[in-house]
Amino acid sequence: MNVDTNTVIGIIALCAVVTFGTRVLPFLCFGGKRKVPEAVTYLGKVLPPAIIITLIVYCIRTVDFTVAPRGIPEFVAIGIVAVLHVWKRNNLLSIGVGTACYMILVQAIF
Amino acid sequence: MKKTICYAFVQSLPILCGYLFLGMAFGLLLQKAGYNFIWAFFISLTVYAGSGQFLLISFLSGSVSWFNMAFMTFMLNSRHIFYGLSFIERFQAMGKAYPYMIFSLTDETYSVLCSLKVPDGIDEKKASFFIALFDHCYWILGGILGTIAGELIPFDTTGVDFAMTALFVVIFIEQWLESKNHIPVWIGGISSVGCLCIFGADNFILPSLIVTVSLLLMVKKQMIETGGEQLEC
Repeated sequence: MNVDTNTVIGIIALCAVVTFGTRVLPFLCFGGKRKVPEAVTYLGKVLPPAIIITLIVYCIRTVDFTVAPRGIPEFVAIGIVAVLHVWKRNNLLSIGVGTACYMILVQAIF
Repeated sequence: MKKTICYAFVQSLPILCGYLFLGMAFGLLLQKAGYNFIWAFFISLTVYAGSGQFLLISFLSGSVSWFNMAFMTFMLNSRHIFYGLSFIERFQAMGKAYPYMIFSLTDETYSVLCSLKVPDGIDEKKASFFIALFDHCYWILGGILGTIAGELIPFDTTGVDFAMTALFVVIFIEQWLESKNHIPVWIGGISSVGCLCIFGADNFILPSLIVTVSLLLMVKKQMIETGGEQLEC
């Protein structure tokens, strides 16, 4: 453990409150039948893909391309997940096989 | 009542598989980070957000500031704001279950409730409540099973954290295939890689998302004119 128990409880509480906040926000703002602004509807459509690609970058943010294995395991495994998912459209299969491949790559090959 | 619960259970079955598996992946990661099933139980009970909980594990290393933790969690879960918009009137009519329905509106529960068409003789409000409750239970159970499996089976878990990346890649592919306009992806991708190069691994998220939202608002007019897409559900 890198952080003490109270900090962990704090982190969990923070995530719980913020997560609930995002869920309760539309009910607080528009529960009284106030019209939803156009900008909100628009962001609801275009923001999710932009955020997900940002989070993929966040996941591989510590990969160092200047030293071996130069991010090869990450990119191979992401490629496997992507191809498998386009082909089969099965969440569990894509995540399961992709993670297994990555584990084999980092443990046995690189 | 029994009929309604049975109906809700059958409707929630697809989520059972998904949540047990993903919950177990979360549990394994959490166990690897040094936390047992009691932590898994409380996190899954109180936070109850798939990708958000994976992000939470990455916070436990202690390298992310409180503000950035709140900001990243908010941005990741901001899609929930738009889920809720579709359910305002339906949830308000649910009486005592109203707060719980808001709390438990995850991606998966949203998708089931969106497509829910109850047959005669089934109470829609009660069925919706039990679907939400069952999904929550599966998620908690998955997390507990994952931490216990991690303790009992002493295998080398190096690289299991890739499950989080894989989850985001899967969500990404789904969004990509469903939408014709990929400009948001390019905006998000370029600004995040750009900010990563400029601000470094620990500080790029906030500037990146600010740039992304600004750019998206700047191209709003063109996007609406060319796309004309509506929010589903």
